[in-house]
Amino acid sequence: MTAADVTTALKEKFPQIAGRPSLDWPAFDVAPADISAVLKFLRDECAYDMLVDVTAIDAGTDKSPRFTVVWHLLSTTAHDYVRLAAACASDTEPAMPSAVGLWAGANWHERETYDMFGISFTGHPDLRRILMWEGYPYFPLRKEFPLAGIETELPDVEVAAETKAKVRPAPMMGGPFVTSSGEFGLGEAEPKAKDESWTERREKPE
Amino acid sequence: MVSANTELAYNSKIEGDVIVSRADAVINWIRTNSMWPMPMGLACCAIELMASAASRFDIARFGAEVMRFSPRQADVMIVAGTVTYKMASALRRIYDQMPDPKWVIAMGACASTGGMYRSYAVLQGVDRIVPVDVYVSGCPPRPEALLDALIKLQEKVRREPAFTRLHTA
Repeated sequence: MTAADVTTALKEKFPQIAGRPSLDWPAFDVAPADISAVLKFLRDECAYDMLVDVTAIDAGTDKSPRFTVVWHLLSTTAHDYVRLAAACASDTEPAMPSAVGLWAGANWHERETYDMFGISFTGHPDLRRILMWEGYPYFPLRKEFPLAGIETELPDVEVAAETKAKVRPAPMMGGPFVTSSGEFGLGEAEPKAKDESWTERREKPE
Repeated sequence: MVSANTELAYNSKIEGDVIVSRADAVINWIRTNSMWPMPMGLACCAIELMASAASRFDIARFGAEVMRFSPRQADVMIVAGTVTYKMASALRRIYDQMPDPKWVIAMGACASTGGMYRSYAVLQGVDRIVPVDVYVSGCPPRPEALLDALIKLQEKVRREPAFTRLHTA
């Protein structure tokens, strides 16, 4: 379906849905209560047969609603994407209906969103952390979590006692490595640290 | 240099039936030439590890083609890939299950120092949890680099006294 078609079809079936500003594909803001019905409608009636991604946005500790879950759907026949976004009702215990009943592939996407943001998906058969270990006390992609990490104990008590190793913040060495666009030579534009006070080209500062 | 002697083997008519040597030399020769790896292949470096075990970069020339996935039967653990904190526990347990003498090759940037993943989830170097003998740089290292590391490990083993390895920490 083209952008105009899917917009009209959705507005007809679900008049309470609002459009969302988007640069590339049609995007819609949906209430959490409607999201399962909208996803099912898009999959069954509008031929958006593939769930490409389930992720979330953390707007910051001072914004409300704080967490927004985003779904990306693809129509493999019409080669079109659509984006759906739903804001979680609660800022402290965010929850959202799970899409596992519609697409089995949503299983790990939702586990990752739970691991990184703390958003629980109701109806998920096996909601546990996927990259970090069970019992990790933080949610890494929330805005208050520092980029390098927080020092904690290793998950396995025996290994931690034997090796005396801890989960330490990773050495950032001058900040996250980002590209600078607009440079002429690729040697200048390639990813480098924001703070280059000490590199191979410059002397170590005293 | 060309000589008329085409025999490369040990000839007991010439050399006699008894060889006298140092125990260290014999034991280390045995250890270096049959170093069975425990491939801890976690990520992309594992593909290059497989390539070095395949026909073009034959690791069998060095006696190390016997990739034993049981740590009980392995001599050297080749950590090939990114070690997350979640996996670190399993990795240390497998290292503990290897019998002495044992060595570790940290293959690639992720195993040596955490690589490009300066992250909350990635162990910044496997030497935080196991003692490493040889580090290989590269992302991923060429198979020839891994073979070079194996050769360096063999030289290291040749130099060390053979009996200290019976009880290590």
